[in-house]
Amino acid sequence: MSGTVELRNHRRELRYFQFRLAVSAGFVLLLFGLLFARFFYLQVSQREHYHTLAEANRISILPLAPNRGLIFDRNGEVLAHNYSAYTLEIIPSKVANLEATINELASVIEIAARDRKRFKKLMGESKRYESLPIRTRLSDVEVARFAANRYRFPEVEIKARLFRQYPKGEGTSHVVGYISRINHQDLEQLEARGDSTNYRGSNYIGKIGIEQSYEKELHGITGFEEVETDASGRAVRVLSRTLPISGNNLKLSLDAKLQEVAEQAFGDRRGALVAIDPTSGDILAFVSKPGFDPNLFVDGIDSESWDLLNNSIDRPLNNRVLRGLYPPGSTFKPFMALAGLELKKRTPEYTISDAGYFSLPGSSHRYRDWKVGGHGSVDMHKSLVISCDTYYYGLANDLGIAKIFSFISQFGLGKLTGIDIEGEVSGLLPSQEWKMRRHKQKWYAGDTISVGIGQGYNLATPLQLAFATAILAGNGTAFRPHLVKQIQDSKTSAERDIVTQPLYTLNLDPKNLARVHAALVDVTRPGGTAARAGEGAAYTFAGKTGTSQVIGMKQGEKYVESKIQERHRDHALFIAYAPADKPKIALAVLVENGGHGGSTAAPIARLVIDYFLLGKLPTGAAAETADDEEGGGHD
Amino acid sequence: MTRFVRLWHYLTRYMDNFLLGGVLLLMLIGLVVLYSATDANLSRVTNQAINMLVALTVMWLVANIPLQHIMRLAVPLYMIGLMLLIGVALFGEIQNGARRWLNIGVTRIQPSELMKLAVPLMMAWYFDKHETTLRLRDYAVATLLLLLPLLLILRQPDLGTTLLIASSGFYVLFLAGLSWRIIAGLLIAGAVSLPVLWSMLHDYQRQRIMTLLDPSQDPLGAGYHTIQSTIAIGSGGVIGKGWQNGTQTHLDFLPEKSTDFIFAVFSEEFGLIGNTSLLLLYLMVIGRGMVITANASTQFTRLIAGSITLTFFTYIFVNIGMVVGILPVVGVPLPLISYGGTSMVTMLLGFGILMSIQTHPKLVKT
Repeated sequence: MSGTVELRNHRRELRYFQFRLAVSAGFVLLLFGLLFARFFYLQVSQREHYHTLAEANRISILPLAPNRGLIFDRNGEVLAHNYSAYTLEIIPSKVANLEATINELASVIEIAARDRKRFKKLMGESKRYESLPIRTRLSDVEVARFAANRYRFPEVEIKARLFRQYPKGEGTSHVVGYISRINHQDLEQLEARGDSTNYRGSNYIGKIGIEQSYEKELHGITGFEEVETDASGRAVRVLSRTLPISGNNLKLSLDAKLQEVAEQAFGDRRGALVAIDPTSGDILAFVSKPGFDPNLFVDGIDSESWDLLNNSIDRPLNNRVLRGLYPPGSTFKPFMALAGLELKKRTPEYTISDAGYFSLPGSSHRYRDWKVGGHGSVDMHKSLVISCDTYYYGLANDLGIAKIFSFISQFGLGKLTGIDIEGEVSGLLPSQEWKMRRHKQKWYAGDTISVGIGQGYNLATPLQLAFATAILAGNGTAFRPHLVKQIQDSKTSAERDIVTQPLYTLNLDPKNLARVHAALVDVTRPGGTAARAGEGAAYTFAGKTGTSQVIGMKQGEKYVESKIQERHRDHALFIAYAPADKPKIALAVLVENGGHGGSTAAPIARLVIDYFLLGKLPTGAAAETADDEEGGGHD
Repeated sequence: MTRFVRLWHYLTRYMDNFLLGGVLLLMLIGLVVLYSATDANLSRVTNQAINMLVALTVMWLVANIPLQHIMRLAVPLYMIGLMLLIGVALFGEIQNGARRWLNIGVTRIQPSELMKLAVPLMMAWYFDKHETTLRLRDYAVATLLLLLPLLLILRQPDLGTTLLIASSGFYVLFLAGLSWRIIAGLLIAGAVSLPVLWSMLHDYQRQRIMTLLDPSQDPLGAGYHTIQSTIAIGSGGVIGKGWQNGTQTHLDFLPEKSTDFIFAVFSEEFGLIGNTSLLLLYLMVIGRGMVITANASTQFTRLIAGSITLTFFTYIFVNIGMVVGILPVVGVPLPLISYGGTSMVTMLLGFGILMSIQTHPKLVKT
């Protein structure tokens, strides 16, 4: 009895067990089905997605930075080139204790305080994962020493990089400019221009001068390398490579030798000189003194050197050619004279009797000539040769500001010249509209008088003065002043000349021009304000001196140079061109606090033109101060 | 020749050929994948082959032992295991933040590995003893037998082993006829106690679960494993990238690619076709285990065979589930394929028991 129960129980148990086992089997099949569904999802439905991810894991696109184009002067002399050197680089965000790493590194390779400061500054300006140089331009010994100790510095990499160098240093700093590391602002600009991909491998960008303005030509096209990388980011092999295309070389119109002569002619003086070929607009020399060493900026300037440059009273970073604003002073007079003739307000024969001052009808206010007692009987020719103020006070009054403005602005004053580097300012040629707009005041007849001698509201850059001089020298034909003469395509080696079509030609009476030219030639001859500077010139040397005031003089106060602090002395100006009958060079010279144009500025012009036309190198010291009498307007 | 064949037949008389074939095939696949996963490191492949030979020998030995003897070992094995676990808790060595190893003078042992078989053996033994009078109380006692070592292992902590032993114990309870109502009750209780369990988990264990829910949360940290393994599998596509051509594998994007994540290597190189074939092969082995279970003649053999078979399945599901990103990352190897000797021996020990059950004369209850 009990046996059957047990047996039945046993059978039932067994059946029940087998049911449970079947349930388990179903469970197994269900979960394996789930796995299969997941396989299907990953390997069929989402295959493309994961394939892309795997490829992205595997393949890195590494940019290959192009070599930057070189810059030459008109004779092929190198002004900017690249050289290869080793640097030690760190990615700061990948190093746990930066200070300790650098200290340890300093035990192997010399790291100056300057390098540390520079590195700190770079860190502030750079992208997070950028590799930054802690030491640049390693010597062979240093490279070997680091290589031997490399295992100690897994975070430090040694890299061969191309460095920019400016062999002329200070001499071409304001023309060629410099490149420096790309900072946040540059990056934003590149992104805005849509150029950021082309800069993936680039660390440097032109910051000022030619380097900045011709960035597009100089930079080149970045190449790319597809490399297979492992999980730690090491490149395993190269899959494909698109070589970079080097930047184009630039040939400047600048004559490096001439530039050097001009530089040296300044000596320690501050100032600017621009020389232009009036037949093409080629800028032959472009000097802003003092300059600075552009090589300091390439790897990032350290804060000490930066402060020194930035806070210097001499303002070496200021590009005086493009941005220095000075009243043109008496260099304005030739243009006034031409206006008088062209607009028939004066004949060459018209003569005034100069008593040393000018007064507006019905006014007792005296506009004084620089020469007490006046010049006596003065016609147009003499007015330029001796720089008579009184003549131009009267002429300005007769022309009126509207005509002065419309005539003289044709010579490029008061507006941008359109030079091919960035940063120029437009100066100021005043007009009634301008005064109303700027000062909300109407124009007074008295305002016109001082404008007539290049003072008053007048402001011009040395570049503008040179441009105006070049137009005058070219008998009214204006060429856009430019620094780049030719672009040499790095890929095709084709040479692209910058076309020098005239911008416009003024319709001027040749007889009037001839009279002005003749007077300006006599400026450099005995009796002229630049007679000393013109002495013995082997060519016809046309010029006009000028003085631009730094501080205003009260009515009746006398300007005594020796009594005035050096920095408050007048700026000396000189515009010139030669040979006068067929000018090959036109220039403007400014010497800050140089006093009279004839004594400090004109001799510099003479040296430059002597070299340019005759190949004559200056002997001895630069232009010594001469005692030539010269007049500027002291109203 | 015939003598050799006769010898072979003699030696393999307690082998289950179907199971043996499946095991050998899986091992072969394992070696092939390992060769690729280790970047053609022959010494590691040889090492693994030796592991396999050792494990096969163990399997052969166990298969030759009649089940009565094995049954007799159940209680002492369990007791020794339990004492060793207590020993671990008291004097264990800490390695990688977990106290799993015990130094017994000559060597270091990991008692939790022993418990993977000792626990189901003990539980099956218990149910066998109380076969005729099964009451709720018996299930409670069996559950206690399971929970005791489980808590000790969970404390080490070792989530993977806890999980495997828990499931092997649960399978015994389930096959022994634990009432559905209690199972449902346990499930509910489990769900309710989840927050409590959560608070008991270690930070890294929580992290793993969080990572499963959203691997992209921490792509370079805890989520890295899952992200890279799913990329490997997904990019393998239907036919795979070919043996030794897996980029995720050979460029070192895959972590632990010769051990816990070896399936990703296989999957990347052999694709959906490989995966499905492997799954079918596993299914055949599991199926054979179930046939053996169904044919087993005693309560003890039935329960132990079922538990071994289903635990084998659990290994597979948990490992692949983790690699394909549907389960959290727990340290469970892919049976017979992952590199490593210990789990291989444990696994084949279980298969030895299965073979013994199948090939020794069936005991008929009198």
